[in-house]
Amino acid sequence: MSGYDRALSVFSPDGHVFQVEYALEAVKRGTCAVGVKGSTIVVLGCEKRTAMKLQDTRITPSKIALIDHHVCLAFAGLNADARVLVDKARVEAQSHRLTVEDPVTIEYLTKYIAGVQQRYTQSGGVRPFGISTLVIGFDPNDDTPRLYQTEPSGIYSAWKANAIGRSSKTVREFLERNYKEDMDREETIRLAIKSLLEVVQTGARNIEIAIMAPGKPIEMLGFDSIEQYVKDIETEKEAEAAKKKPRGGQATSN
Amino acid sequence: MDVILGLTTKDAVIVATSMAAVRGVSILKSDDDKTRVVAPHTLVAYTGEPGDTVQFAEYVQANIQLHGMRNETELSPPAITSFVRSELAKSLRSRKPYQVNILIAGYDTATEKPYLYWVDYLASSAQLPYAAHGYAAYYTLSLLDRWHKKDLSLDEGMKIMEMCVAELRTRLPIDFKGIQVKIIDRDGVRMV
Repeated sequence: MSGYDRALSVFSPDGHVFQVEYALEAVKRGTCAVGVKGSTIVVLGCEKRTAMKLQDTRITPSKIALIDHHVCLAFAGLNADARVLVDKARVEAQSHRLTVEDPVTIEYLTKYIAGVQQRYTQSGGVRPFGISTLVIGFDPNDDTPRLYQTEPSGIYSAWKANAIGRSSKTVREFLERNYKEDMDREETIRLAIKSLLEVVQTGARNIEIAIMAPGKPIEMLGFDSIEQYVKDIETEKEAEAAKKKPRGGQATSN
Repeated sequence: MDVILGLTTKDAVIVATSMAAVRGVSILKSDDDKTRVVAPHTLVAYTGEPGDTVQFAEYVQANIQLHGMRNETELSPPAITSFVRSELAKSLRSRKPYQVNILIAGYDTATEKPYLYWVDYLASSAQLPYAAHGYAAYYTLSLLDRWHKKDLSLDEGMKIMEMCVAELRTRLPIDFKGIQVKIIDRDGVRMV
């Protein structure tokens, strides 16, 4: 042990705060979450842990949490830490409404969440939040989709599409290859599910999808419709693979 | 001399509030809304010390909405009333109590029943078929005693409400700049 990870607010000589980096490691071990912006909607996708046989999945809390009617958040990392952070965000959203008579903007809320996370890297007697979050939604009286990410260090950033958690690198690279500007509703949902399928083996059963559209309540996609998307994506993949095969065979024979 | 009036029908509550905002001898506003929607199916109507009223109603509204976001459920009108009453009881025992009188009108989607509660700044609370605060009560309660019955239709309810308003117009010495009527039923809150 180097001793520079004993107390939180102590730098190592080369400028690292180890506890924050360990928190980032906890995020990497959490289940994967993706966010994708389309032209009119934003989609959050989550990898769901496989439920144990006797677990009641109907009332087990989800990784997607509604902060206010127009803001929604997904996280990767320690579930219990997320609960605390989500509660702080909900209180702030309501408090903002009370003081300025307006709902929070997505950027404001992201900045608030990131602010809380930063505070927990610099105060005594606490440890950082072991979670990254994706915040989506629409600002009041605005139709522009928003997608932000926060990290345990307190960094926040805006994205067109992004992934956090387990194998987030694979998913992000997939999104980088397949993201298009001005995707419609269907394309956006499809991209979110398709990117998750890169790392989720068990398919629709372990995927959760939340859709937000301007001025509308959050829409959680049901199991049946997710399964339909998964089936469509799989048949499409098979068709592509079948198309490639004969050409590949020819190339080797020549 | 604000008018705050409510009556229940078979499956709705009708709430009427005056639209004048008065300070001293002057009318400041003639389209004042003395109500706040605190949950999708619950409305709070208030009178009392200006400032206290809106402050308290919005405080209650924020807390109930926070509860809704935290638990992903809507509080029932009886639950909201209990909360409001306890907040007023707390306030009553503080250095400067809120001077607010309230009617809580709601529709419970679970039991499919309309609810009307009368709550005053002393934190007394009563569930009633019809209720009013202030001077309006003197003129309308007799009418409501005479005409209100169980399981009224919405139309019958509105007729009784019209009678009450007509009475207020003839008897109240000060112009209250008209009445705003809201209906709370299974579809939520709507303005008439």
